[in-house]
Amino acid sequence: MMQIECPYCGKRDETEFSYGGEAHLVRPGPDVDDRTWTEYLFFRDNTKGVHAERWRHSRGCGQWFNALRDTATHRFLAVYRLTDERPPLPTDLQR
Amino acid sequence: MPGPFRLREGGHIDRTRSLRFTFDGRPLGGFEGDTIASALLANGISVVGRGMKFHRPRGVLSAGVEEPNALITVGSGARREPSVRATVEPLVDGLIAASQNRWPSVNFDFGRVNDLFHRLLPAGFYNKTFMWPNWHLFEPAIRRMAGLGVAPSEPDPDHYEWRNAHCDVLVIGGGAAGLLAAFMAGRSGARVLLLESDRALGGGLNWERGSLGHITPDFRVRHASQDLSALPQMRVLMNTTAVGAYDHEVVTAVQRSLPSDRARWRQRWWRIRAKRIVLATGAFEQPLVFPFNDRPGIMLAGAIRHYLNRYAVSAGQRVALATNNDSAYQVAFDLKAAGVPIPCLLDSRPRPSAELVRAASSAGIEVHSDARITATRGGSRIESLRFSAGGMPQREIACDALGMSGGWNPVAHLYCQAGGRLRFDANAACLVPDEKLESFCAVGAAAGVFTLNTAMAQVTSAMGALLKTMNLSGSTSIPEWADYPHLDPPGTVGQVGYTDEARRDRSWVDFQHDVTVSDVDLAVRENLVSVEHVKRYTTVGMSIEQGKTSNLNALAVLAHRTNRMIPDVGTTSFRPPFVPVTLGAIAGGRNGRFYRPVRLLPAHLQHAALGASFEDYGGWQRPACYLKREDEAQSAAVQRELRALRTGVGVFDASPLGKILVRGPDAAEFLDHMYVNAMRTLTPGKVRYGLMLNERGVIIDDGVCARLSAEDFWVNTTGAGADRICAWFDEWLQGEWPHLQVVTTDVTSALATITITGPKARNVLGALPSDMDVSREAFPHMQARVGSLCGVPCRILRVSFTGELSYEISVPAEFGSSLWERICAVGQPFGIEPFGVESLLLARTEKGYLHVGADTDGNTVPADVGFGEAVAKKTGDFVGRRSLTLAEHLRPDRLQLVGLRCVGGTEAFNAGAHLLDRKLTRVPQDTAGYLTSACSSPTLEQHVGLGLLRNGRARLGETVYLVDGGKQSSAVVVSPTHYDPSGARLNV
Repeated sequence: MMQIECPYCGKRDETEFSYGGEAHLVRPGPDVDDRTWTEYLFFRDNTKGVHAERWRHSRGCGQWFNALRDTATHRFLAVYRLTDERPPLPTDLQR
Repeated sequence: MPGPFRLREGGHIDRTRSLRFTFDGRPLGGFEGDTIASALLANGISVVGRGMKFHRPRGVLSAGVEEPNALITVGSGARREPSVRATVEPLVDGLIAASQNRWPSVNFDFGRVNDLFHRLLPAGFYNKTFMWPNWHLFEPAIRRMAGLGVAPSEPDPDHYEWRNAHCDVLVIGGGAAGLLAAFMAGRSGARVLLLESDRALGGGLNWERGSLGHITPDFRVRHASQDLSALPQMRVLMNTTAVGAYDHEVVTAVQRSLPSDRARWRQRWWRIRAKRIVLATGAFEQPLVFPFNDRPGIMLAGAIRHYLNRYAVSAGQRVALATNNDSAYQVAFDLKAAGVPIPCLLDSRPRPSAELVRAASSAGIEVHSDARITATRGGSRIESLRFSAGGMPQREIACDALGMSGGWNPVAHLYCQAGGRLRFDANAACLVPDEKLESFCAVGAAAGVFTLNTAMAQVTSAMGALLKTMNLSGSTSIPEWADYPHLDPPGTVGQVGYTDEARRDRSWVDFQHDVTVSDVDLAVRENLVSVEHVKRYTTVGMSIEQGKTSNLNALAVLAHRTNRMIPDVGTTSFRPPFVPVTLGAIAGGRNGRFYRPVRLLPAHLQHAALGASFEDYGGWQRPACYLKREDEAQSAAVQRELRALRTGVGVFDASPLGKILVRGPDAAEFLDHMYVNAMRTLTPGKVRYGLMLNERGVIIDDGVCARLSAEDFWVNTTGAGADRICAWFDEWLQGEWPHLQVVTTDVTSALATITITGPKARNVLGALPSDMDVSREAFPHMQARVGSLCGVPCRILRVSFTGELSYEISVPAEFGSSLWERICAVGQPFGIEPFGVESLLLARTEKGYLHVGADTDGNTVPADVGFGEAVAKKTGDFVGRRSLTLAEHLRPDRLQLVGLRCVGGTEAFNAGAHLLDRKLTRVPQDTAGYLTSACSSPTLEQHVGLGLLRNGRARLGETVYLVDGGKQSSAVVVSPTHYDPSGARLNV
């Protein structure tokens, strides 16, 4: 059972959270063509490795935040605010 | 009375405490300290079960959790437990045990007839048979024959508990290595939790004979135990088996209670989060593969030693041994010391250790090297074996037990479950954890170190490194009880698996699932060469023992057959649980009433007193209807309630209705983005009905939205949608529009909501003391008022879900029950009737009001349900808007909401019925949609409903045909608003 560090409440069991899919999606304006809109609706990177994603502490403070998680090992590398830029990887992991 | 195979002395059993038990009705005896298997063996019982497919007799194979054969049913009635492994289950007085998978008895089983046809029943035969004329013809018989053991049908009467634990170091296994590991961790100051599956510490030390060095195993275990108890942050759990390893160092374990505790709790389910996990789980001995290696009496050599030294039970009176490694020699020496004759020791290696052979010979044991068993004979027990050694002619040896040792394989399951990988140790012919998983470390036999002195050195170094990663350090001195005499490293293990060409169809790799070497051959012939395919095709390793004594041999056979090395074949995925776990333990106390928290309405007691028939609606206990008399049928009650609210006045507890306060300078702009309908233009005091969509344009919720002031909105959602919509609002505010100044508060359960509805609703509302003017002119339809009612703060919305004059009154929840009582009291003169959810749903169906999720599905967009105009009139973007202009949503033949009126007939139709353009003549035929809601309307005295029909709105007046579970009827397509289409009754 993963332990996730909510930026506001600290480390909690994953059962307190809801998953929110890929992070940093940019909502297109209302005038884009069909292709751009449907790609926004349905296309996602299916990353094996470090994945930027959203989480909500739904059974706690109710706040959303972003996280970097390795989808192969489930190791969390960073948590950051929903509106922040994706941070660089911790130095010990940079290859 | 000790059995014929019980030694006169020795063992860890208490001979002063005799126990009685029955096996298949036969009364037998044993001693305190026995397992069921050791007691059966002591009594000379050789057949304890039958193989799954061929029903050949099976005897005890092992002395541990890896047992594939001795699966028995223990107990009776509600406490009956099937497929208990006799090898680990402690014997208790009065135990009732029975064999499984046999009829009429384990010694004479009709199922054995399958064995005659074994050539027709290879792996996967059922994929190629049982097809004509129809699989369902064979299914009942096969279901009856399949499976091992019968589960009890009564509810489980026992109690189970959940426990959570945190620790710094979790040590799994309390054998020689685990004891030292736990001691070193505890000594360094770590919080340690040690789990031991058995009822005693010591692991393999419990089946050593005599001293190891100058101190006995018993001395070692006792002093280790004392040293551990002296450590302040040490916790030891006995009878506790770790069963699963999960993300972030979580391990689950099952603890079994002692008989004295069983009345209070039967099992505990532990969830443990550790910083580091040490696997001291030992190793499983593997069987040898040779023709007819499945006979009762053929056991793992180490198990023979285990029964001999721990339980004082000899596996036979003439015990032969066969091995590919050194460990069987110690079995021979121990048997010899106990006075058990050994006709031969067959070593498959061409050149086993000269020292060991010398020692065996001088003990009078005939050793043959380069020896392979070619056959065995015997019915309910092995009687003889045939072998050939070094090219010499075959010889036959009489024996009544045979110990086989195919090498030892580390118990690395939890390591692999956590994502770790194994590497093949060619010297020991086994799979060993690769040491790359950061928070895990394996020690002792679990790490592939099989001699005690070397193992202790390995523990010291592994624990030193592990503790260093935690910034802990301590002494590395080894206590006296862990100081073992030097032993030479073991010799290379001989060949694993089976390479001969003879009798591959009678050489077993999986005793439980009756998988032979020829089955693996068949998989390879059919080009299923991936280990995952071979497993599933042959079912090797898929039974209760989950490959503990079968996987390695199967891998070796597969490797040989496909000209690969074992490491290149790989292993299949390891999944929890490590041993079977009863569902009761996983459920803990969460069953029956405690399965899910129940939400009660504020006026629950009042509803109960009024005869409410409660049902679960979205987690809330709500009255489906109220039964005025005990014998009133639910359908009659619903009709009565509906008539009352249409002609007089009804009262309804609507407290689960979703209520969200949305406040702030940007509240209007925000809601305008979330709703299809324009909310920005709503003036204070007004209420508007709205639809909410997801980004795909699909309707996800509906409800009214009231504007209480410039910056205060009151959003209603469906009862089931409150949590969801609140989360939805948060997602958009926090993620997409964080600059908007809006605060949302879910007040669903903070406020009780009571609806008064019916032509006389105003009379009742007016009779309640309040500071609000509720007259017809002052309080029109679709408006909201805030004030006080009966002295408590309240908000009233004049909105209707029934089609009659309606007021939804919300007050703080603590006043809910008293308000209900006041309303009922002042409503008496007007004949007020409480009504439940069923009549509400009936009323709204008559009125054609949408029920999102029933009348809409995962594809329904606003235009489909008549809200195309609202979309067209809306200026500005809202969630889902862009999707509404995708080609898919503009198609003319989309499913559209219509009303349906039954034509003739008295049979009601049901939601879910298919709608067809033409009468059904033969299948297949295209459907044109389906019925989404249906009711027998007392108001209209007709069967009416709502449905989604292709291009429905253009087909008003047409007849469509309904098919519902074989029954056919027809209906006319009409507008959804069956009742009061002009809405006049809302404006009274």
